[in-house]
Amino acid sequence: MTDLTKLTLAGARDKLRAGDVTSVELTEAFLTAIDKADALNAFVHKTPELALERAKAADARIQAGDAPDMCGLPIGIKDLFCTKGVPSQAASRILEGFTPEYESTVSQKLEDAGAVMLGKLNMDEFAMGSSNETSVYGNAINPWRRGNDDADLTPGGSSGGSAAAVAADLCLAATGTDTGGSIRQPAAFTGITGIKPTYGRCSRWGVVAFASSLDQAGPMTKDVRDAAIMLEAMCGHDAKDSTSSELAVPNFEAMLTGDIKGKKIGIPKEYRMDGMPAEIEKLWAEGTEMLKAAGAEIVDISLPHTKYALPAYYVIAPAEASSNLARYDGVRYGHRATLGAGDGITEMYEKTRAEGFGHEVQRRVMVGTYVLSAGFYDAYYNRARRVRTLIKQDFENVFAQGIDAILTPATPSAAFGVGEMTDADPIQMYLNDVFTVTVNLAGLPGVSVPTGLNDQGLPLGLQLIGRPWEEGDLLNTAYALEQAAGFVAKPAQWW
Amino acid sequence: MSIDESTAAKVAKLARIKVEEDALPALAQEFNAVLGFIEQLNEVDVEGVEPMVSVTPMRLKRREDVVTDGDQQEKVLSNAPDAREGFFTVPKVVD
Repeated sequence: MTDLTKLTLAGARDKLRAGDVTSVELTEAFLTAIDKADALNAFVHKTPELALERAKAADARIQAGDAPDMCGLPIGIKDLFCTKGVPSQAASRILEGFTPEYESTVSQKLEDAGAVMLGKLNMDEFAMGSSNETSVYGNAINPWRRGNDDADLTPGGSSGGSAAAVAADLCLAATGTDTGGSIRQPAAFTGITGIKPTYGRCSRWGVVAFASSLDQAGPMTKDVRDAAIMLEAMCGHDAKDSTSSELAVPNFEAMLTGDIKGKKIGIPKEYRMDGMPAEIEKLWAEGTEMLKAAGAEIVDISLPHTKYALPAYYVIAPAEASSNLARYDGVRYGHRATLGAGDGITEMYEKTRAEGFGHEVQRRVMVGTYVLSAGFYDAYYNRARRVRTLIKQDFENVFAQGIDAILTPATPSAAFGVGEMTDADPIQMYLNDVFTVTVNLAGLPGVSVPTGLNDQGLPLGLQLIGRPWEEGDLLNTAYALEQAAGFVAKPAQWW
Repeated sequence: MSIDESTAAKVAKLARIKVEEDALPALAQEFNAVLGFIEQLNEVDVEGVEPMVSVTPMRLKRREDVVTDGDQQEKVLSNAPDAREGFFTVPKVVD
């Protein structure tokens, strides 16, 4: 009997439909795998009873013959998504004990499609981080290691638990969210595929807000086909999110032909950063050659404002976060500090937020407060929004020249060790998102595809950036890259 | 533009986050590192460029101003750290 946990979404779907396996069997296999993998700290709230209940319902539905693609498929949900009756904490102490009375639109859509939630996944607190080291649950650990070195590596972040769980076969796929690279960077660090769709494709309703003009949900999967299947199930208009698009959602899987002949792939010169590791340069050059060999035309392009994307992001995202996180006041949900005699409501707010927010979250809320404060709003916030307009125009210009997709590295390095960045100044950590953050600022779809290993045996990924709303075409290019790269490596099981 | 301890204290106050006196120097230093990084934006010529309002060219939708939801007092209060008699409870605000 094959190991059920090694299946892809597509493979499991086909086996379920053929009657070779039941959703209950699949779910039990994953629940067993999850219980053996506590060392990875990926699943932080396990929901085995709920999972088995949904698996039974899915089996009945499959038997009845009206099953959608995701029906019966066990997945993990990032802790940022509100899930009814299941703790949803955004990995923060300030939401300790919060059990939503409602379900996020994206997780509801997945549930409606018959997907089986195995539990909630670790992440950086409020999705602020690139290493899953700011979580109240403790670090999530990357299943990959450097050769025979048993030092723990980070799975990246903020969707670090999602990435670790998918890479370690603890679920068939997982939801992630991406504000500056939080799906694509951890996907690259763990050898899996992750797509952030166009801003507005997935409803943000019920997803704990970080920076509302940048946040998008997306799937993290074992391959590109699975990303297409799961993305379709997550997308679609939602009246409860005023920025949700009314555009029809295509059948993304049907668009995976692997034929990219004549497609124009842009290679942006500004992404060739000073001090880029040779292994990343090599990976990028190899990926370029693969797409060329598949019949694409390679075009050198310029995105002149790239350098300013990260500084603009570190104005806009904290500004929006400071506003969004104002709701955590110890009144309506979550943690409230114990008050001293004579403490009034202001002390309650201040103590609650000091106890409830971790260091990185506090820092970002305060930076956001500063850039929005009287006298600095124009100099920082409005200037950053102007630069954001220029960054978006850079992309519009190259797309107007006929570029179909842009190929870049996904990350500036392979996964780094737990604690390695602790003493670095915060900017060093922020640089992890240097290749991904432009895509959020411009609202575009971006996908990370694993294409190689470095000489320590760690996975590396490339990013493809697409035109707005053309996730189908983008996924097809990613599919061609995936087929050419033939990445099949898996981490050796040590947990 | 450099942030001193008193500015750091003011920002913490505005953000409603209690920061102990002895933590202010380190906080001010962190602010300065982040703001130093942000300063790069001053190199960009933004003359005549509109600040971005919406990343996708769509108008925010409008709807009739009518009640669409409600009557869920119990659910609304179910996660409150302190709720009494159908209300959120907070320390005394007015003497």
